[in-house]
Amino acid sequence: MDTFVLLTVTGLALGALYFLIASGLSLIYGLMGVLNFAHGAFLTIGSYAAWWSSVKLQGTIGSVGLRFAVSVVIGLAVGAAVAALVELVLIRPLYLRHIEQVLVTVGLSFALIALVQAYWGPDIHELDVPSWLNGTTGLGGAHVPNYNFVEILVAGGVLAGLLAFLRFTRYGLIIRAGVENRAMVTALGIDVKKAFTLVFAIGGLAAALAGVLAGIHFSEIDPTQGTSLLIFAFIVVVIGGLGSIVGSAVAAVMVGLVQQYVNYKSSGIGDLSVVLMLAITLLIRPGGLFGKWSPTH
Amino acid sequence: MILEVEDLHVYLGQSHVLQGVSFSVPEGGVTAVLGRNGVGKTTTMRALMGLVSPRGRATLAGVDLTRLPTHEIVRLGVGYVPEDREVFAGLTVEENLRLAVRNGSARYDLVYDLFPELRERGQQRAGTLSGGQQQMVAIARALLNENRVLLVDEPTKGLAPLLVAEVAEVLAKASETETILLVEQNLSVVERLARDAIVLDQGRVVYTGPAKDLLSDRQRVRTLLGVA
Repeated sequence: MDTFVLLTVTGLALGALYFLIASGLSLIYGLMGVLNFAHGAFLTIGSYAAWWSSVKLQGTIGSVGLRFAVSVVIGLAVGAAVAALVELVLIRPLYLRHIEQVLVTVGLSFALIALVQAYWGPDIHELDVPSWLNGTTGLGGAHVPNYNFVEILVAGGVLAGLLAFLRFTRYGLIIRAGVENRAMVTALGIDVKKAFTLVFAIGGLAAALAGVLAGIHFSEIDPTQGTSLLIFAFIVVVIGGLGSIVGSAVAAVMVGLVQQYVNYKSSGIGDLSVVLMLAITLLIRPGGLFGKWSPTH
Repeated sequence: MILEVEDLHVYLGQSHVLQGVSFSVPEGGVTAVLGRNGVGKTTTMRALMGLVSPRGRATLAGVDLTRLPTHEIVRLGVGYVPEDREVFAGLTVEENLRLAVRNGSARYDLVYDLFPELRERGQQRAGTLSGGQQQMVAIARALLNENRVLLVDEPTKGLAPLLVAEVAEVLAKASETETILLVEQNLSVVERLARDAIVLDQGRVVYTGPAKDLLSDRQRVRTLLGVA
């Protein structure tokens, strides 16, 4: 029982990380049709910005908790700003040129990771976090590391926040309509490009948040962490249905749990089981669990 | 003239769809754009909206539309009711309308007066509406704001005769205050609404003049529109 509880909570926490990355990817693709291969680099930049600012603030802020909070805010701001800048400078000129967009985001991903390696080196770094995060809490006989609960709560909060944003705000309305029919949104007099930048910034912020949490989850940050997690986030987006936030959330939970359960039974097979799950989903529902599919889309 | 189109060309892939279209639209009333299927009527509307890239000139009260992005064309006062309605299926009727509001003074009273059913169905998803109801949403979206020119593309397509009459009635009311450029295949609707007509054939204008003169000449109607 205790093993099952531990696997379930850690699986949900892993799913939470995937969701934070996948939500931005899904919104960006749904609205703009951009497959953003640089999204993993936003995660890396966010985690490095948080780590670097934490190091720099050591002499200024004595409290670990406060320093951690400030450095997380800086990491998120940097992630959002870099993502917005990428949209404005690199993606916008290539609007509707999908092949070029893919090439640019792949190239950018390599370049940003190389830049991080060149500046901070290829070695791993450790985030300075409040000790409570690395402690454990008893649940169903299992000692579950506290950061798992934080990841789940943060992802739940982001999901609720995103849904509320999409449901109740003018920009949310524009994004939901734009995912359906971008041209018609502009034909109503709306400058959809502002929504593009906003969606990129939100995606960058969520990815940076995932970067910080991944740094805690894996007890380290390294330049390639974002790229490794991006592969699973893409799988989550496809299983959930491109453009669907709820779909991404459901798929992220499924992928996280399956990966943990299978890896427990047979270490290393978890990744394979996720790919198998992707293949089965595509065969049964080509548009994903919550997506629409047509042969021409 | 509120709208002037000069030597408009549009290429879609390898096809030269509009081959130097020129016409003028007088202020007020309805000007119909007619022609057989595939002659470039919808492409003309889409070019005026900036939804396809044209070459040539199209001016609204002297302002060249061909260099502007779609949203700025709309903000100049060009409303658009697209062919096939293109309502946002996942949004409610109320959300479809709210999205179209360009400033604080949206004409909800006018729209609900024309289409009382839309008020009752405000919380219904637009994708679950019938074709006629979706057309109401599409027209209502455009009428929420004051337009200098309203482009309406085949509003009666696929509708039952009763609904065709209802849509024609709404457009007749709208034309009392707005200039309408109307693509329409139903000649009885054109006869009822249009003061002027423009006929396209193979991407070129082959007739401009009073709609009444065109429609009363059966031989010309048969030749230009392929209608007996």
